[in-house]
Amino acid sequence: MTARWELFEHGADIGVRGFGDTRAEAFEQAAMAVTAVVTDPAGVEPREMVQMSCEAPDDELLLADWLNAVIYQMALRRMLFRRFEVKLEGRRLQARAWGEPASVARHHPAVEVKGATYTALRVGPAQQGGWLAQTVVDV
Amino acid sequence: MDLQRLERRSPCQWMMPAQGAMRVPVVIFASEALVREMDQKVFEQACNVAMLPGIVGASYAMPDAHWGYGFPIGGVAAFDADRGGVVSAGGVGFDISCGVRCLRTGLTRADVEPVQRRLADGLFKHVPAGVGSTGAIRLNADEMDAMLCGGAKWAVQRGWGDAADLDRIEEHGQMLHAKPGEVSAQAKKRQREEMGTLGSGNHYLEVQEVAEIHDERIASAYGLARGDIVVMIHCGSRGLGHQIGTEYLREMVLAAPGHGIALPDRELACAPIRSDLGQRYLGAMRAAINCALANRQVLTHLVRQVFADVLPKARLPVLYDVSHNTCKLETHEIDGQKRQLYVHRKGATRAFGPGHPDLPEPLRAFGQPVLIGGSMGTGSYVLAGTTQSESLAYASACHGAGRAMSRHQALRTWQGRQVIDDLAAQGILVRTPSQRGVAEEAPGAYKDVSAVVDAADAAGLARKVAWLRPMVCVKG
Repeated sequence: MTARWELFEHGADIGVRGFGDTRAEAFEQAAMAVTAVVTDPAGVEPREMVQMSCEAPDDELLLADWLNAVIYQMALRRMLFRRFEVKLEGRRLQARAWGEPASVARHHPAVEVKGATYTALRVGPAQQGGWLAQTVVDV
Repeated sequence: MDLQRLERRSPCQWMMPAQGAMRVPVVIFASEALVREMDQKVFEQACNVAMLPGIVGASYAMPDAHWGYGFPIGGVAAFDADRGGVVSAGGVGFDISCGVRCLRTGLTRADVEPVQRRLADGLFKHVPAGVGSTGAIRLNADEMDAMLCGGAKWAVQRGWGDAADLDRIEEHGQMLHAKPGEVSAQAKKRQREEMGTLGSGNHYLEVQEVAEIHDERIASAYGLARGDIVVMIHCGSRGLGHQIGTEYLREMVLAAPGHGIALPDRELACAPIRSDLGQRYLGAMRAAINCALANRQVLTHLVRQVFADVLPKARLPVLYDVSHNTCKLETHEIDGQKRQLYVHRKGATRAFGPGHPDLPEPLRAFGQPVLIGGSMGTGSYVLAGTTQSESLAYASACHGAGRAMSRHQALRTWQGRQVIDDLAAQGILVRTPSQRGVAEEAPGAYKDVSAVVDAADAAGLARKVAWLRPMVCVKG
């Protein structure tokens, strides 16, 4: 299957969903969907690299932790990310993300993402094969 | 929502008795039309809240309730520490102490109209708003902790505002028993450049005209008359609150089994009030409340600077400042007995009635001002806490219109530029760094705030005092 991401509806907020051949790829795509909540990812230049890592007792908490790590770096560095590379060893995650500082003029960022919630949180096999990783983010 | 399982107790009050694992009933305050429109998830979430240990009375939903995380947004629940009660990070939410502050100006529409554009541009330039914006204040470690302990009082001591402002803020501007030591280094770092910023999403700064008065007596006590101009600030505890919410939610999920708590939904993550984790969270959450109060105080100072430049005759006293996402220890009377309860309000406003000792003297006889933010187009309301509100839902009321449409759908429905032009044609000037943000916040994406406020009034939660119409909106 082709790795891809999508947004889904949730009342006042918004859901992020990633698909991939592997768990790691689905995690990468879910993070792309977080960027898409703020701006069109195609408009972000992958100029700077940031490293992140986290560890959790199960896959779902690991996804929430990973997205929260991305959200934290977005807030702290005022950056937007265009490309993610996730490596998983069991429930340990190491990642690199490429992006650039958010620019009001170029990115028209719509909304800050406050955090990844545990609502509609799921990591598992996708219907069409491969992996799915999703949750709702608070904006 | 399916009405079949609800008993109608009055035109705007619905109840479902406790069933299964529920310890208390669910009570929903809304008109029939609003209940029908409510997501079934609101009902499920209110039932889940009713299962939590130590809950007292009922699990309540306000007229603007909608599907949230764990708790419904518009949910109110009180817990007794002596009976195994819990505090829930999910029950407070990510944007701790997000709230609304209203400033009076002493101006009328006739004063503002000739300079409306200058005022809009001045506010937009001077008040940092939107994704990635930074404030001018940088706090070192000691000052950060002083801010987290002092709230708005800290800001006033640093010269951002007047001592008279503090009486017009919940907790008199300073939430006591905050513990900055329980706030992580990451959370403090995330706040470093965010003091005095408005944020984004549904946060805004508006100049509004008092368009209608519904209760002359209370309006006059609040200093509001038809044609008066006020400023409304809606924002919260910024990055610090979001990070505290994120970190404690995770810790409470992991600790729940150890505390013997079976969570019907992970997002209901909670800890006994009388546990190390519960106490640490309360300390950190109170620090975040102070961060929100300090932030709205700094924003008030920035707004006053702009008015001093554009309309120098204006003085901008605080009418009141309310917080929506909190857990507070309050005294409430239950079956004739005064009890100390931890009241969670998630997307709900505290609404103390007349005579409450926490209200400042000039307002005490009239009840607490309850500030309800609407959408950019439909305006906002000022309500007043009622005497019966105490016995209905621990003196709580609604907090806003609530979304009728997801951001996603709004983005497909409207163009930001068109929304801005349409509002300009109605005399409402919008200033924003993000047109996409405006499309997502289009007036049509929100429920009718009037229906929500009418239901709160009819239910007796709060009394309608004034309707305010925007003239300038700075949208983050």
